[in-house]
Amino acid sequence: MLAATVRVTGDLDLAEECVQDAYVIALDAWLRDGVPDNPGAWLTTTARRRALDGRRRERTLRAKLPLLVEPEESTVEDIIDDRLRLLFTCCHPALAREAQVALTLRLVCGLTTAEIAHAFLISEATMAARITRAKKKIAAARIAYRAPAPEELPDRLDAVLTVVHLLYTTGHTAPAGDRLVRVDLVEKAFDLARMLRTLMPDEREVRGLLALLLLTDARRATRTATDGRLLLLAEQDRGQWDRTAIAEGAALVPGALRGGAGRFALQAAIAALHAEAPTYEDTDWRQIVGLYDVLLTVWTSPVVALNRAVAVSMADGPTAALATIEALDADGRLAGYRYLPATRADLLRRLGRHTEAAAEYRQALELTDNVAERGSLRRRLDEVSR
Amino acid sequence: MAKYLILIYESEQVWENASEEQWQAAMAEHERFTLQVPEQGGKILGGEALQPTSAATTVRGDMVTDGPFVETKEALGAYYVVEARDLDHAIALAKLCPAGAGGVELRPIMEVDG
Repeated sequence: MLAATVRVTGDLDLAEECVQDAYVIALDAWLRDGVPDNPGAWLTTTARRRALDGRRRERTLRAKLPLLVEPEESTVEDIIDDRLRLLFTCCHPALAREAQVALTLRLVCGLTTAEIAHAFLISEATMAARITRAKKKIAAARIAYRAPAPEELPDRLDAVLTVVHLLYTTGHTAPAGDRLVRVDLVEKAFDLARMLRTLMPDEREVRGLLALLLLTDARRATRTATDGRLLLLAEQDRGQWDRTAIAEGAALVPGALRGGAGRFALQAAIAALHAEAPTYEDTDWRQIVGLYDVLLTVWTSPVVALNRAVAVSMADGPTAALATIEALDADGRLAGYRYLPATRADLLRRLGRHTEAAAEYRQALELTDNVAERGSLRRRLDEVSR
Repeated sequence: MAKYLILIYESEQVWENASEEQWQAAMAEHERFTLQVPEQGGKILGGEALQPTSAATTVRGDMVTDGPFVETKEALGAYYVVEARDLDHAIALAKLCPAGAGGVELRPIMEVDG
């Protein structure tokens, strides 16, 4: 659809705007008339029509510009407002959290259904059904296309922040393909995070999210070796980390943590400890484990528990961490999550249990389509297979 | 404006043993609700209280059975049909709707052309 529109505009940015407009028009029209039989075609047609209108308008504008005091163009504020309106509509509390995230990634960020499905560890068919269901609910229940009133804002913020963060992590480690990072997604996540920070400067979790993105992204350039293979935190060249981004992110952390820290602020605090440590070994692992403990009280996620286990392995040794991993495996919620066998493999390797480690590396490889991650895993597998 | 059905779900046990004062208080709450809806820009198109599910009969094809269609701890006890601008407006109205210790379900009513 974007490609179809680019053909008309000859400019990707303008095309994106037209596509954006089409979604906005779609939401209005579908609320009024119901979702059309072929929503994709409907959207493409609308987006292309918008693009043609825009081109015509531009030509007229150029001809008449000297006569006009104020050209009728949408301002930057209009576009930002539009984005936020769409974002908050997709994250409406009447939609299930899963649907909010999926819909935002699809409509606001333009991810494909397959990409979203991969990020959520579910099949494409399931994700397609989820998105369709959510769109139908917006239309049938008449969820209004607008940003929340000021008093509703805090309540509706967490969903939006979750979506922005997920967008970043999807871009940060593209689930499939030969590049580890999808810069476009990462940049979109930053745009949204900064926009939210401008609009809600007093929200601690907005600050926490931006800090987390900055501190994580500061390591972007060092995450892959020259051959494209993924480099783990322990292997990265800390001299190459983006100190400007780290300084900006770290400066946001104290304010974000003040008075009952939320999950983004706590994750940012953990990221700051990593970013400011001289080496992997000389990281304040004890304090990181402590922060993970607090994080687990506000966010009981098996993925957080897995990350905590890695910190425990550095503070107390791999054996202590392995017990946590076994419990997580038995729990079953992380079935199919590639970082579970990858983490277990690393712990087993550090304990010298190479045969068991190799089996886990193989399992992780089976779950990973990303070429950079596969490179890293294969190298470890070779190491323990020798 | 769109139409929504507000389904009020409450524990029936509470009402089995309700005193006269409790009934009066509930009636007053509902009366207040019917005044609040137009004040908030909505409109009440209809609504009734229902006899308890012990009085319900389920008919499925030729099969007639005693009791509600689905047994639930909190049962449908009353309903309103309201008109609201959109879901947010309907949610605001639903929040005003008395439901004791229970709650309400909001269902958009399907618009059929013609």
